[in-house]
Amino acid sequence: MLDARILQQLTDIVGSENIAATPQDLICYGYDATQMEFLPDCVVHPDGSEEVARILKLANSEGFPVFPRGAGSGFTGGALPKGGGVVLVTTRMNRILRIDTDNLVAEVEPGVVTETFQMAVEKLGLFYPPDPASLKFSTLGGNVAECAGGPRAVKYGVTKDFVMGLEVVLPTGEVIRTGGETVKGVVGYDLTKLICGSEGTLGVITKIIFKLLPYPDAKKTMLTVFDSIDGAARAVSTIIKNKIIPTTLEFMDHATLVCVERRFNLGLPDSGRAVLLIEVDGDRDLIEKQAGEIHKLIEPLGLVQFRVAKDAAESEELWRVRRLVSPSLRDVNPDKFNEDIVVPRSKVPDVIRRIEVIQKRYDIPIVNFGHAGDGNIHVNIMIDKQVPGQLEKAHEAIKEVFQAALDLGGTMSGEHGVGLAKQPYIPMELTADQVAAMKAIKRALDPNNILNPGKMLPV
Amino acid sequence: MTKKQIDPLERVAAEMKKCVKCGACRAHCPAFSTFQREPATARGKVALAQHLCKGDITLDDGTYSAMSKCLLCGSCVEKCPNQVPTDEIVIAAREALAQRRGLTTFHKAVGQVIKNRKVMNFGALAAAILGPLFFRKVPATSGLRLRFPMPFIGGSRHIPQIAKKPFMKRHPEVIQGEPGKPRIVFFVGCMTNFVYTEIGEATLALFRHLGCTVIIPKGQQCCGLPGMSGGDLNTVRELAEMNLAAIEAHQADYVMTACATCGGALHKLYPLVVGKRNPELKQRLQALADKTVDAAVLLQKLGLTPEETGTGSGMRITYHDPCHHRTAGITKEPRALLKRTPGLELVEMEGADRCCGLGGTFNVYHYENSLDINASKSAAIIATGADAVVTGCPGCIMQLSDGLKQAGDKTRVLHTVELLARKIRR
Repeated sequence: MLDARILQQLTDIVGSENIAATPQDLICYGYDATQMEFLPDCVVHPDGSEEVARILKLANSEGFPVFPRGAGSGFTGGALPKGGGVVLVTTRMNRILRIDTDNLVAEVEPGVVTETFQMAVEKLGLFYPPDPASLKFSTLGGNVAECAGGPRAVKYGVTKDFVMGLEVVLPTGEVIRTGGETVKGVVGYDLTKLICGSEGTLGVITKIIFKLLPYPDAKKTMLTVFDSIDGAARAVSTIIKNKIIPTTLEFMDHATLVCVERRFNLGLPDSGRAVLLIEVDGDRDLIEKQAGEIHKLIEPLGLVQFRVAKDAAESEELWRVRRLVSPSLRDVNPDKFNEDIVVPRSKVPDVIRRIEVIQKRYDIPIVNFGHAGDGNIHVNIMIDKQVPGQLEKAHEAIKEVFQAALDLGGTMSGEHGVGLAKQPYIPMELTADQVAAMKAIKRALDPNNILNPGKMLPV
Repeated sequence: MTKKQIDPLERVAAEMKKCVKCGACRAHCPAFSTFQREPATARGKVALAQHLCKGDITLDDGTYSAMSKCLLCGSCVEKCPNQVPTDEIVIAAREALAQRRGLTTFHKAVGQVIKNRKVMNFGALAAAILGPLFFRKVPATSGLRLRFPMPFIGGSRHIPQIAKKPFMKRHPEVIQGEPGKPRIVFFVGCMTNFVYTEIGEATLALFRHLGCTVIIPKGQQCCGLPGMSGGDLNTVRELAEMNLAAIEAHQADYVMTACATCGGALHKLYPLVVGKRNPELKQRLQALADKTVDAAVLLQKLGLTPEETGTGSGMRITYHDPCHHRTAGITKEPRALLKRTPGLELVEMEGADRCCGLGGTFNVYHYENSLDINASKSAAIIATGADAVVTGCPGCIMQLSDGLKQAGDKTRVLHTVELLARKIRR
C-alpha cells in the first residue's frame, strides 16, 4: 500500500485531476483482456516524459512498482498490476506530433489510438501497415511494447519493422532517445529493437518515430474455400513459392467455419473444410494480374469456391466472414483461451493435425484461425469454466499446443506476448542461458525492479 | 450489502459474464470519448457492476459517478463482439443506486412531473407565458428562442420555447379516417406535445393524407425515459401501466411514435423492466411493443409517396440517426423517404450514427461533456454544407440545435416528418 505522503508526491507530479485511487478507479485499471484482475494502489495519468521520469525516480527512492498501461487491451496481462502499485496510463499522451512527408516518417506519442494514426497518415496518401485486430482501440505505445502483429504482417512485417526510434524513460528515470530518423544507423546497440516487444519491463515509451510507406494504389480481396486443410495450406506456400506476396492470407479451419455458418448463415459451401481470405495490394494492373495467377495456382488444390470482390463494399463483405469469427465462438463454449502460436507456414497443416489430436484427447473444442501467411495461428481453446475439471484440462491442452508449435520449429507467441499468461511456459521455449541473458539486461536497466515487475521472464 | 440492494443487478448478472474486457467498447463510447477514463467505458461499468454483486464495492458516490457517465446510446452493445447489453446493466445499476440512496432532488422532481400530465400541462402553460420574461430571447428563426440561464444546466444553453397550447389540447381524441384504412394510435410524447408541436401536426397531416384513423388517447403520459435515466424505474413501471391502459382502451392496428425515445421506451424498455413477478402485464407490454412502430417506418410501409406530400424546395440535407432508432435498426426507412422527396439532396455526414450527446438526463449532470460530444456532431453537420440536419427524435433536435447554436452555425434542425408533410400542410 502507498502511504499518503507518496500519494501526495504523485499528485504534485501529475495534478489532482490525473491521479485516482477510489475503489472504482482501481477496479477499472485492474483488468485487461485476459480475464485476470489485480488491483493497483493508485492510477496516474502523466502527460509527457518529464512527469513519467519524476514518477519513476520517486518509485526508485520509495520502492513501489509502476505498471505502464495503454488501452488495456492486451491478451497476456502485460499491463496488469500484479502485487499492487501504481498503474501509469499513457493515454493522455495522445498527440500525433508530426508527419514528415519528405522523409516518410512520423513522430507520435504513445497514447495515440492505432486507427487514428492510420487514418491521419492515409489522408496524406501514406501508409502505416501494422493492423492488430484491436486497432480501433489499442494504442501505439502498447503496440510497440508488445510488438503487435496483424493480418498484413505477411507482406509488411510487424510493429517493430516500422519503429525507427523511440523516446524512452528508463526504469531509473533517465530520458533517452533510441534509434533515429535515418534508414541507416549502426552506432551502438540497437536499443530500439530491444525496447520493442519488451512488454513495458525495460522502459516507458513516451515518443515513437515510425517509418511510413506510400499508400498502395489498390487492393483486391479474394475469398477462397478448400475441401481440405492441406489444400488451403498448400495454397499459401504455392502462392509464395511463385513469388507473389499477398498483403494478407487469413485462414479459418473447419471448426471456425461451422461456428460462423451456424450463427450467420453466410452460404459457405458444405464441402468447405478451410477458408483462405487472400488480399493483394499495389499497382492496379499488377494486382489484377496477381489475382488471376493466384486463381490458376490454387485451382488444383481442392478449391471449391473462389470469390473476388469487385469493389470496396464487396471486399468488406468478404472480410465479414473473418470478422464474424470472434462473435460466433461463444456459441461453442462461454470461455476461451486465445493462444497465438507460430510455425513456419509450410507446417500449418501439421500443427492443425497435432491440435486435432490434442482436442480429441482432452475432449474440449479447439477452433483455429489466423494468419496463415506468416504461420501465426490463433488456437482458441473453448471451455466452460463452470464445468468442473475443464479449466485444468484447458491448461494441459495449452501446454501441448505450445509443445506442438515448438516441435515444428515455431514459437508460443506471435503477437500477444508473454505477460503473465505465458510466463509459466517460458522454459519450454527459452534455454536457461537465454533467460539469464535477458534477466541481466533487466537488472542492468532496472536495478530496483520497479518497472512492471514479475512479468515476461520466469520469476 | 444486502441481497435486496443489488436486486436489480441480479436481473442482468448472467449478461455481465459475457464481458471479456477486450476493450472494443473504448472505440465506440461517446462518454469515454469525452471523459477519457476507464470507468466511463462500457467494460468499466460492467466490471463495477460485477464487483457490486460480489459486494466488494458499495453503491456509493464513486459508483454513482461512474454509472452516471453513460448516455445509454447502445453503441457499445452493437459493436461488442459478445453483444454484452451494457445499457441494460447500467439501467439496473442506476435502479439499484436509486433504491439504495434515494433519488436525487432533480430526479425526484422529474418523476413527479412526468407522472402527472396535469402538472405538466400547468407547468407548460406557466412556462409558455412566463418564459419570455425570464429567459433571454434569441432570434425566432433559430428554432431556439430562449436561452436558459440556470446554473445547474449551464449558463449558455439554448432551449426551445414551450408551445402556448399543447398539441394534444388542439385535437380530439379520435380523428376519423376512411373506412378500411388502418387505425393508428399516436403516442405523442412530451417534447412533441409541449415543445415541438409542429412535429405532431406534420405527423397527423401525413397519416390523415393516407386516410388513416388517428387516435390520440387522452390518457397517455410521458413514456418515462427521463425517469429511467435517473434510476427511477418505479416511475417507468407506473407510466408503462398508465400508457398501456390508455392505448388498450382503443382498438388500433399500430401504435405509432414520431419520437425515437418514446419508441425505445414502448418497444424495448417496458418489457425489460417489468419483472418476472407480473407475467400477465409483461405479456401485454410485449404485445404493445410488437405493435409499436416509428412514423417513418409506418409511412414507408403504408406507401406514402413523398413526391405528393413533401417538398424540400432545393434543400441540401443531412440525416442524424437517433440512438433509439439506430439500436432498433431504423436507419434505412427515413433516408429512403427523404431521398424520394423532390428537391431534397441527402448528403451523409461523418458519424451520422454517433450519439448527439443528449443521453436523457446525462446532459443535465454532465453538460460540458454533453457539449463536447456534440461538438464533433456539429462539426460533421457543418462539414456537409447542408441547409438542414434532419432526424427522427425531438430530444436530438433540441441537442443538435443547442450544439449548432453554440458553434455559431445557422444550419436548421428539422424532423423527418416536417419535410415529408410540407406540401400537405401548406
